Amino acid sequence: MKKVSRAIVLHERDNVATMLNDVDSGEEIEVISQYGTFKIKALNRIPFGHKVSLRVIRKGERVVKYGEVIGVAVKNIQKGEHVHVHNLKSMF
Amino acid sequence: MEFQGFERENGEVGVRNYVAVIPTVGCANEVVEEITGRVNGCKALLHHQGCCHIPSDLETVERVLIGWGRNPNVAAVLLVGLGCEGVSIDRVYDEISKSKKPVEKIVIQENGYRKTVEKGVETVKKLLELAKESKRENFDLSKLTIGVKCGASDTTSGIASNPAVGEVIDKIIENGGTVIFGEITEIIGAEHILAKRAVSSEVSEKISSSVKELEKKVRSLGIDLRGCNPTPGNIRGGLSTIEEKSLGAIVKGGSKKIRDVLEYGEKPTSSGLYVMISPGREIEFLTGPVAGGAQMILFTTGIGAPQGYPIAPVIKICGNPRTCSRLHEHIDVDVSDIITEGVSVQKAAERILEKAVSVASGEKTKAELIGYDKTVDIYIRGMIL
Repeated sequence: MKKVSRAIVLHERDNVATMLNDVDSGEEIEVISQYGTFKIKALNRIPFGHKVSLRVIRKGERVVKYGEVIGVAVKNIQKGEHVHVHNLKSMF
Repeated sequence: MEFQGFERENGEVGVRNYVAVIPTVGCANEVVEEITGRVNGCKALLHHQGCCHIPSDLETVERVLIGWGRNPNVAAVLLVGLGCEGVSIDRVYDEISKSKKPVEKIVIQENGYRKTVEKGVETVKKLLELAKESKRENFDLSKLTIGVKCGASDTTSGIASNPAVGEVIDKIIENGGTVIFGEITEIIGAEHILAKRAVSSEVSEKISSSVKELEKKVRSLGIDLRGCNPTPGNIRGGLSTIEEKSLGAIVKGGSKKIRDVLEYGEKPTSSGLYVMISPGREIEFLTGPVAGGAQMILFTTGIGAPQGYPIAPVIKICGNPRTCSRLHEHIDVDVSDIITEGVSVQKAAERILEKAVSVASGEKTKAELIGYDKTVDIYIRGMIL
């Protein structure tokens, strides 16, 4: 059986989704949102519980999860890229 | 949507029908244990406070004792005092009596152990007879006050159980209900977001200052709560910032406007969403909303927190598939299919609400079935003198 990798969007305003299992670089992710599912390609290996970008997020742009700002992008982030401490910083 | 509850004299509605035996001070615990051990159907609230406090803590303890007695799940109350404690048993008695439910009191120093136990058992039997007269009737969700808590959390809490409970909370409030959440330590890093949701600038200021005060107190002990978050374990789990970590916890409180900030154990003055000043530790936290009138608790867990509460059902909701199978004897609602099957948070929320209504109508929670529900305490902020 082909493995399905899934990610969940927790709010309609979000620009990231959270992985529901591990995904390897180049694999497809089925993204589940309130308005149905769509697919994106993972650009890195992204572990369970970590975030994947749903679109291009430019350096200085805010990263949104739960419909709220969780920090600011410190690098340009591609669609399908792993979003974590290497490219996202707290605004505190 | 309706549940079946017990209407009290003052119009409030209980989801349980207990006789509560409440020690006004920890020194009375052994007498209370003996009394409640001899009669079926009554509940002991064994805490360790009530004497040798700074004045503000003594006030808190009295507020909690009164709140426990007035909780609508309680049909009748027996207070057991030692006699010389800081708490005024007469004041607690008078305040609970205002709810028009039957209240009795006994003092150990006037009777000694054996006679107090004997009298206590007689009194509880009499109160149980009175309680039996209440019958369940249909009420809508506006009669519910729910406490929300997360404990033994993990990565799945922020993805599955907390967002699902948040949806349920929004539904309960849309139906005219009341919800209390708190755990100020969990709010650090997201207080600006909660403050934006306040109904007024005054409430917004109260939210920010409750976090500031906690941080100041902890900093005076040389600890920086903000700087040490997210922890290395959080980062391994995928949390990148303190805002993200705190949001994952407060999402369980839903998305509605915040009506006010309540003191620990304080009763909300109207329906809607409230933040209560309270700690994260279960045994003290749960007392806060229950003393504030909550009939039920929605409690999310990732790793598996088993405990309930003596006078209010605690519904355990878990999104971790391993915990749900390993600890199924403790988990009331399994929402792990959000993770394993991609089930929507909204679908999972429907199951939680159904369970909540069923438990409100009498279905026993896992903690009630096991009887894992005896440990309580009251949140004390000052020194014990």
